[in-house]
Amino acid sequence: MDNLAIKFDHICKEYRLGSIGGGTLRGDLQSWFAKMRGKEDPNSKLADAGRVPAGSERFLALDDVCFEVKQGETLGIIGHNGAGKSTLLKLLSRVTAPTKGTISYNGRIASMLEVGTGFHPELTGRENVYMNGAILGMSKAEISRKFDEIVSFAEMERFIDTPVKRYSSGMYVKLAFAVAAHLDSEIMVMDEVLAVGDMKFQQKCLGKMGDASQYEGRTVLYVSHNMNTIRQLCSRCIVLDHGKMVFDGDTETAIEIYSDSRKNMEYHYDFTKIPRGIEKNIKLEFLSMDVLRDRNVPIRTGDVVEVRLKCRANSDFDNMKLRFSIIAADDTIAGTMFLNEGLAAKTGDELELHLGLDTEHLAPGWYRFDLFSFESNDFGLQECYDRVAGAPILEIEKRTEKDLEWLPQWWGHAQFPDVRLYSVH
Amino acid sequence: MDKFQTVIMPKTGWFDIDLKEVWRYRDLISLFVKRNFVSKYKQTILGPLWAVIQPLLTTVVFTVVFGSLAGLSADGVPPFLFYLSGNVAWTYFSACLTQTASTFTSNAGILGKVYFPRVVMPISTVLTNLIAFAIQFVMFLVFWIYYYAKGEVQIDKLVLLLPVLILQMALLSLGTGIIVSALTTKYRDLQMLVGFGVQLWMYATPVAYDIGIIPEKYMGIYMLNPMTSVINIFRKAFLGLGDFEPGYCLLSLGITLIILVVGIILFNRVEKTFMDTV
Repeated sequence: MDNLAIKFDHICKEYRLGSIGGGTLRGDLQSWFAKMRGKEDPNSKLADAGRVPAGSERFLALDDVCFEVKQGETLGIIGHNGAGKSTLLKLLSRVTAPTKGTISYNGRIASMLEVGTGFHPELTGRENVYMNGAILGMSKAEISRKFDEIVSFAEMERFIDTPVKRYSSGMYVKLAFAVAAHLDSEIMVMDEVLAVGDMKFQQKCLGKMGDASQYEGRTVLYVSHNMNTIRQLCSRCIVLDHGKMVFDGDTETAIEIYSDSRKNMEYHYDFTKIPRGIEKNIKLEFLSMDVLRDRNVPIRTGDVVEVRLKCRANSDFDNMKLRFSIIAADDTIAGTMFLNEGLAAKTGDELELHLGLDTEHLAPGWYRFDLFSFESNDFGLQECYDRVAGAPILEIEKRTEKDLEWLPQWWGHAQFPDVRLYSVH
Repeated sequence: MDKFQTVIMPKTGWFDIDLKEVWRYRDLISLFVKRNFVSKYKQTILGPLWAVIQPLLTTVVFTVVFGSLAGLSADGVPPFLFYLSGNVAWTYFSACLTQTASTFTSNAGILGKVYFPRVVMPISTVLTNLIAFAIQFVMFLVFWIYYYAKGEVQIDKLVLLLPVLILQMALLSLGTGIIVSALTTKYRDLQMLVGFGVQLWMYATPVAYDIGIIPEKYMGIYMLNPMTSVINIFRKAFLGLGDFEPGYCLLSLGITLIILVVGIILFNRVEKTFMDTV
């Protein structure tokens, strides 16, 4: 299973900004004529910036992208709009050629770029299925064998003999996906395809893609802005940003980098600079926090992390409590810790609290803590006074090196006490 | 260490059409041919009958306008058959040319999403039109048999050259068409020019008149048009009209080949990246 399926080698793709056409014949002739006389091309990028016509600015959609994909891997490609994801898939599908570099791959590629891979509107669903297969280089006999499976997967039995121009967009994408997924291709390329289908069909597609890679050894490249589907499907991710590849590795870290939520663990936090909005009455104001820990000692699940929290009383109180919301890397709330001993102070007092944060039930991973100060009344309702987000940030490692690698997308963020074994019969 | 089956590189050489790959995609070609043919006549009542009606009506118009009104000579053969023979051949050529010329722009939807050898598109266009040509040719034969039975026309052994003529027309229209299509991806002006240009080309070809009206001194230039020889041989074969000159025939074949080669070279240049400019 260690065979390489796809290799991108220093791929660049250059586009021209502005309009193409019209005046370019003159420009082309100028360039050509200049080259003939051995002179500098008046339209080249290197020419004096002031003289470059407005229409000929260049733009690198992909800039020196290198990566490899093994056979049977499901690779997610994420990035903001304009990062180069679709360009990358277009190059791989051979819709257009790279400006520099080479792409090598083994096997056939079934690609679905946008909705409805090259369906012809006048033809019926049946005819389009055959045509799509033929585009992939399959013979009629091969397609006929798969035909029933395709139609039943797409749930299109009734409509298969209707011209696709009368299909709804959901029907369109269902059939297109079914075709791409069932044809005998070694590589599947999927670009934002599931956006149109309903939830049930999305899940069905994800399942199908997962099976294709796990059991059939097919390689899947998947582009989406929906991080949940990326998490569910992909074992590895690359992150693109403005045409450059900024990360290649495990899915969780990739998503953190993409969503820009990852910050490094720090040991001192100053809260006084954080704007609090027009908060009415901050009775207990957080000032700063220090993590009292040797930087070289990793935090492991079960450790108690000691911190020193400085705060100031802006008015009198006698039962102030603290709350720590623990937020995991994927922005879900993992849980909450309370400081339930009520604090008391007079106006102007500065408090220095020495606290211990118990990580006993936190699964290995990366967390940030949001701090709240509040008072609760007799009815169990709370009144919040101060709130600071994102401190501290803890990277918690496995209890021991021998422990399993924690998979938060399936296991969640809380590690409960082990199951008690009373007896074995 | 790793051997890959497919390697995508930025630019290809001047002249490489991977014929083996095209052959692997023969099923696709046949499907495209079917698609082109079927989708053309979908939602029409007369269906493929249109393929017959078009040249027939044109021929009637020619017969009336050029034959009767302008009084151009048809050199002794029945004028209707004279114009029909020219029309059937020309219709095939011009349909191939105009449709190949717009291959890239009219199929941008499908070409922008999937890969197959791009040359499959123009090839299937030429084949699709071959079907239409077959229908029209049968129609021509029906009329021809009628006149032949009446003894007004005679057959020549050049009839054996018919497959060569068809092939030459196919290659010539393919070559010209892909030159235009390669250039239209960037310069849309050519698209405007094609319909009009084909019209002009027809008048430079003995479709609506007999070659005999061309003065001898312009003959050298006139024969540079490869279609002239094709139509001439076609008429000579079925109507026994005019003379067969092997020299002009070879000249026309040579020009056809040059156009085809230039077409393939240009096509190669744009094939990989035309989606960026189309």
